[in-house]
Amino acid sequence: MPKKECVGNECLIWMFTQMVRIREFEEAVKRAFIEHPGVIRGHTHLGDGAEASIVGALSTRNSTDVVMPSYRCHGYPIVLGTPMRNIMAEVFGRKDGLCKGFGGSMHLADPARYFPGTSGIIGQSIAHATGAALSAQVKKTGQIVYCFFGDGASKQGAFFESVNMAAVWKLPIVYVLENNQYQAYTHVGLEDANCIAGDPLSKKAEAFSIPGVTVDGTDPVKVSEAVGKAAERARAGEGPSLVESKFYRLSAHGNVITVPPLPTQFPEHEAIAVYGNKAEFQEWQKKDPIVQFRSRLVREVGLAEDDVKGIEQVARAEVADAVQFALASPYPDPQQAGNYVYA
Amino acid sequence: MAREMMYADAIAAAITEEMQRDPNVIFYGQNMGMTERDPMLKKFGKDRVRITPISETAETGIAIGAAMTGLRPIVELWMSEFMLVAFDQIINEAPRLRYMSGGQVKVPVVFKAGFGFAAGWAGQHSNCIYHTMMGIPGLKVALPSTPADAKGLMAAAIRDDNPVVYLHHYMLTLDKGEVPDGEYVIPFGVADIKRSGSDITLVATAWMVKKSLAAAERLAKEGISVEVIDPRTVAPLDVQTIVNSVKKTGHLVLVDQAPRHSSAAVIIAGEIAEQGFKHLKAPVRMITAMDTPVPFSEPLENFVLPDEHKIIQAVRSVLTGQPVSSALTA
Repeated sequence: MPKKECVGNECLIWMFTQMVRIREFEEAVKRAFIEHPGVIRGHTHLGDGAEASIVGALSTRNSTDVVMPSYRCHGYPIVLGTPMRNIMAEVFGRKDGLCKGFGGSMHLADPARYFPGTSGIIGQSIAHATGAALSAQVKKTGQIVYCFFGDGASKQGAFFESVNMAAVWKLPIVYVLENNQYQAYTHVGLEDANCIAGDPLSKKAEAFSIPGVTVDGTDPVKVSEAVGKAAERARAGEGPSLVESKFYRLSAHGNVITVPPLPTQFPEHEAIAVYGNKAEFQEWQKKDPIVQFRSRLVREVGLAEDDVKGIEQVARAEVADAVQFALASPYPDPQQAGNYVYA
Repeated sequence: MAREMMYADAIAAAITEEMQRDPNVIFYGQNMGMTERDPMLKKFGKDRVRITPISETAETGIAIGAAMTGLRPIVELWMSEFMLVAFDQIINEAPRLRYMSGGQVKVPVVFKAGFGFAAGWAGQHSNCIYHTMMGIPGLKVALPSTPADAKGLMAAAIRDDNPVVYLHHYMLTLDKGEVPDGEYVIPFGVADIKRSGSDITLVATAWMVKKSLAAAERLAKEGISVEVIDPRTVAPLDVQTIVNSVKKTGHLVLVDQAPRHSSAAVIIAGEIAEQGFKHLKAPVRMITAMDTPVPFSEPLENFVLPDEHKIIQAVRSVLTGQPVSSALTA
């Protein structure tokens, strides 16, 4: 349940709760590859490490604002209130899945909760999100759009074309560039001109003469402030902004791509598996957004250790229930495969 | 009542009428609505009629996102080849999103472009690329051949809740024909028998319909009765009307401006091989463009494209069982 006025300790606790829910969900998905081998097919991408960024950004959202992320999309509908049961059942390819088993992990959609859908092709959904902002402008709904995409996507033509058009048309949209520092397996330092020049990726905003800022994406409060400012600008009809939220993906890009019947599960993070840079990975593990924010709540806000544990236990129970629900849900009737091709 | 109208004007009339009918219809593209004097801009305002930069991926992708959230955009892409720049959006986004969402969203968008320009536009602006698109479940493809069809199919495309690729033929732009007054919507997937005949069936789309009708007229003087069928939409494709015609005539020539293996003809031939084989008295013949890019110089261009003469030769050959004299029409 995103908050229009996310202020004070209540807001911080709400943020932490959502972050923990996302983390517990992603860890359960990761565990499912080991505990229930073969249950998850295809390619699954986790958002652990992105929790502060996702929740901080969505803490500035009004109840009808549109949210459009990439294929790494589990976390957003969890915050929007989509039942975890249906998300997990979709990841498992079941009848009770959010998309009835037609989409899977990469293609969650819950338009009733202002989450119209996602694309598995990197960067392409940036154009779709921009189109949702065009709808809001033409129909004068007062909505804004939160468009999330990775550092890899920021090198796609769709990014440059869409942000230019959003700036020309002053569309009500916030572009959140989630710089998790790896596009699939390639480090951002090997493929981003700004990064190589020692500049933040938010410098790309200058190409469109729009505001661009870089924020610590491991701190939900800082993300909330930066995105909130961009959201205000969008609501005021002043057009788009680019917020680079810098954090670290804590799992590998996705499960290992194997050919059946070979089993698949999550490998080591690319920093270790590809680049042999364990130090980098360990450095970022210390900045784990959940661990950081948890100790801050206890230390600064005075939240009791028991209360924190309570939040964690509730989230764990919710996720465990979702896994049981998904495992129990039947597969879709194969005869349904011809449905939904045309409206 | 009907009145005479140019093909291009008929398309514009359909867009104008649908925009008047439904405030959710918007229309944008490159090099349009550039000044306050633009008639569409004057009529509908700059929220609904917009100019875009040369950004096909964003133009099509933004239309998809807008369609997912309640608008019905028409994207003016001008030339079908420009869609190739944005093929991910047209092939792998628009027609997939509804299905992947388990039917939760719809994507009512029209991608409008001209095609088949046979007037010295050389290799990259003269092509017929509908074959790929007609094989994409979730996508619909309209290819109007007359002003009336141009209007009726555009109205249907705009009202359709699915992504539609609407391809109008450049060589028909100035053609005039009777167009019914008022609301005129042609349902998709319904072929039109443009000329009735009993000896042989010609199936053709867009500009090739005109050429097939001209060939049929000349063949009639030889006593050959030709039926000309225009599928009007190649996705969905009305196979039944073609099968019914072949049942009557026993002979089939497929005329298509595209190169052989990227033609609608090759797909229709496959359907008739399965569904109409027992009615055929001779093998199906495909008259398509040669398997070359489209050349620039006029005699070269004419040489590779199907024309009236090649169609007539093919009809005679199919009916007599004699080979075609020119080996180059294959």
